[in-house]
Amino acid sequence: MPTDLSRSAPPGEKTRFWNDPAKRALLFQVLLIGAILLFAGSLISNTLNNLEQRGITTGFAFLSQKAGFGIPLSLIEYNESSTYGTTFFVGLFNTLLVSVLGIIAATILGFVMGVARLSDNWLIAKLSAVYIEIFRNIPLLLQIFFWYFAVLRTLPSPRQSIEFLGSFLNIRGLSMPAPVAEGGFNLVIGAFAVGVVLTFVMSRWAHKRQDQTGQIFPTFWAGLGLLIGLPLIVFMLAGMPMHLDYPVLKGFNFRGGMTLIPELVALWLALTIYTAAFIAETVRAGILAVPNGQLEAASALGLPKVRTLRLIVIPQAMRVIIPPLTSQYLNLAKNSSLAAAVAYPDLVAVFAGTTLNQTGQAVEIMSMTMAVYLTMSILTSLFMNWYNKRMSLIER
Amino acid sequence: MFNKKLMTAAAVSAALASSASFAGTLDSVKERDSLQCGVSSGVPGYSVPDDKGVWTGLDVDVCRAIAAAVLGDASKVKYIPLTAKERFTALSSGEIDVLSRTTTWTLTRDSQLGINFAGVNYYDGQGFLVKKDLGVSSVKDLDGATICIQSGTTTELNTADYFNANGLAHTPVTFDTNDQAATAFDTGRCDAFTTDLSQAFALRSRMGDPNSVVALPEVISKEPLGPSVKQADDQWFNMVKWSLNAMINAEELGVTSANVDDLKANSKNPSIQRLLGGSEGLSKGLGVDDDWSYRIIKQVGNYGESFDRNLGAGSALGIDRGINALWNQGGFLYAPPIR
Repeated sequence: MPTDLSRSAPPGEKTRFWNDPAKRALLFQVLLIGAILLFAGSLISNTLNNLEQRGITTGFAFLSQKAGFGIPLSLIEYNESSTYGTTFFVGLFNTLLVSVLGIIAATILGFVMGVARLSDNWLIAKLSAVYIEIFRNIPLLLQIFFWYFAVLRTLPSPRQSIEFLGSFLNIRGLSMPAPVAEGGFNLVIGAFAVGVVLTFVMSRWAHKRQDQTGQIFPTFWAGLGLLIGLPLIVFMLAGMPMHLDYPVLKGFNFRGGMTLIPELVALWLALTIYTAAFIAETVRAGILAVPNGQLEAASALGLPKVRTLRLIVIPQAMRVIIPPLTSQYLNLAKNSSLAAAVAYPDLVAVFAGTTLNQTGQAVEIMSMTMAVYLTMSILTSLFMNWYNKRMSLIER
Repeated sequence: MFNKKLMTAAAVSAALASSASFAGTLDSVKERDSLQCGVSSGVPGYSVPDDKGVWTGLDVDVCRAIAAAVLGDASKVKYIPLTAKERFTALSSGEIDVLSRTTTWTLTRDSQLGINFAGVNYYDGQGFLVKKDLGVSSVKDLDGATICIQSGTTTELNTADYFNANGLAHTPVTFDTNDQAATAFDTGRCDAFTTDLSQAFALRSRMGDPNSVVALPEVISKEPLGPSVKQADDQWFNMVKWSLNAMINAEELGVTSANVDDLKANSKNPSIQRLLGGSEGLSKGLGVDDDWSYRIIKQVGNYGESFDRNLGAGSALGIDRGINALWNQGGFLYAPPIR
């Protein structure tokens, strides 16, 4: 349109630029961007000025200073002489650990509960409904406190531990035997890799055969055999190259083995049970969104119920389920920051808490922490969108 | 159009805000007619609210003394409970005027956080509590123990230092508040609970069976606790510093809330006369009238009264004066003279 306008102007007489809508729009946009930059610039210089005025040191140099405090759970090498930079990664991995564990468990529990609520069995459906309504409506923080202070605190002291299979359950957590690999264990890992490849090849072959002959191959059982049976046979043949490091009560606590700390369990339970209730509702909505005609058609074909669910209902329901599921995953990861309430050393507790307090670098630490959550959210969202696109109906 | 106007307005106001002159805390406290004092979220003896919401404690008395000096009324204080993690940000951002919350004076805090410590109102040290039935008589026996600690404190660093220096292993379990850490210890999550000894005793009084809990003999650190203010406001720094000094001087001179009126009228002692405003113009530099310290003693009492009422013989804690006695009675307490 704007070009038409300028063309309509009499020849020789140029349109003044403020009468040209295109140029005017451009001008305003430049002005707006300028104003935003000015605003952001003044915000940053204001902050730096204030920090300097108040004698607060700035910069990221603190990351290479010695931290000097202990952290009870860390997936990477950490001790008191590690740096503040390391505390960042310790916290980050602990956050990721509880988030990933929570997402896996919440997805499984959520799907089971969501399907159960639609069950024909009155008891199962009602039990599932009660579960969903209760846990969806109680604040998460209270649930964390409940698991930590009410449930796990009733466990016995280390010396009165509940013992089973070489493991010990007490108020300090669950001490389990830790598997320690010996030389030759690489063969088992190799066997597992071969199993994965064979399973993949087999499932493609089975699909092809079914398409051609209509015969169904027991892919699941065969896959199970390849993935577990094959490494197991190699493990036996290699002379069982692994031993278990058993926890032993020594002094006050169990030494050796591996310990699942109660803070992690409490947080994990609470996040799982809370988020699963929401996922269950999403799953139920997804299943209900599948037109009834599809079910009728399936039963007319004589498909068994389980197969109807697996091959017809769930794939269609997934298209409805995935977008809200993504937001539940994001919520779970963000909610894991409530960890500080029960002394679980996550990113917020360790880095935005203790490290911030010891160094006083509030601006730097808070921006790093926020950047982590933002990155985590964006990555989850990108992945789920990609997955959603893959699962979405291919229209021809 | 609208957006542009809005952004311009925002940019202009931001520029104005940054160029606005820095108003002193003393003036803004007077203007607000109330002191905003950062305290703990509840440590018996130091700062704790009763069932009517009235705050008492040794740290609270510092807040009250400043309010009495500056505003003429010890009750004109708004108490803001802060966790250890929140306290310094609250102070340097101006959310509170003074931080009076069992805070240890250290080099890093004094030099890097943009705050100034105005003195020491309690000389403390870090100790360990254990259950009697654990059968431990020294921190050195705690090799491999699990220890409940409040996060973001000097305690956390001291513990790691001490255990490393002695070649002992330990697992810290850190909580947001000292209360949570003490509860966790009480229910058996940890073998030991560590914090400043005075607070440890205060929190022990709240445990299920206080008599089953004992303190180990080692005191592993120096913890001089005192009020702090934002840096670069010398007038306010002086006011807070001298409010505390006035309480300590009053005890040394034997001036109490009970005899202060009598002494103000009749005392011939020039030191007491100066303390109680008998020397005109002495306090001009502080920015308050000459009666400021009279009001502190009248309304809050001297340091000894405050100690007895909150921590000492007159309280449920019954803590000994120990090193917190006056300098001329074998302790550390020493305030520069008012003259």
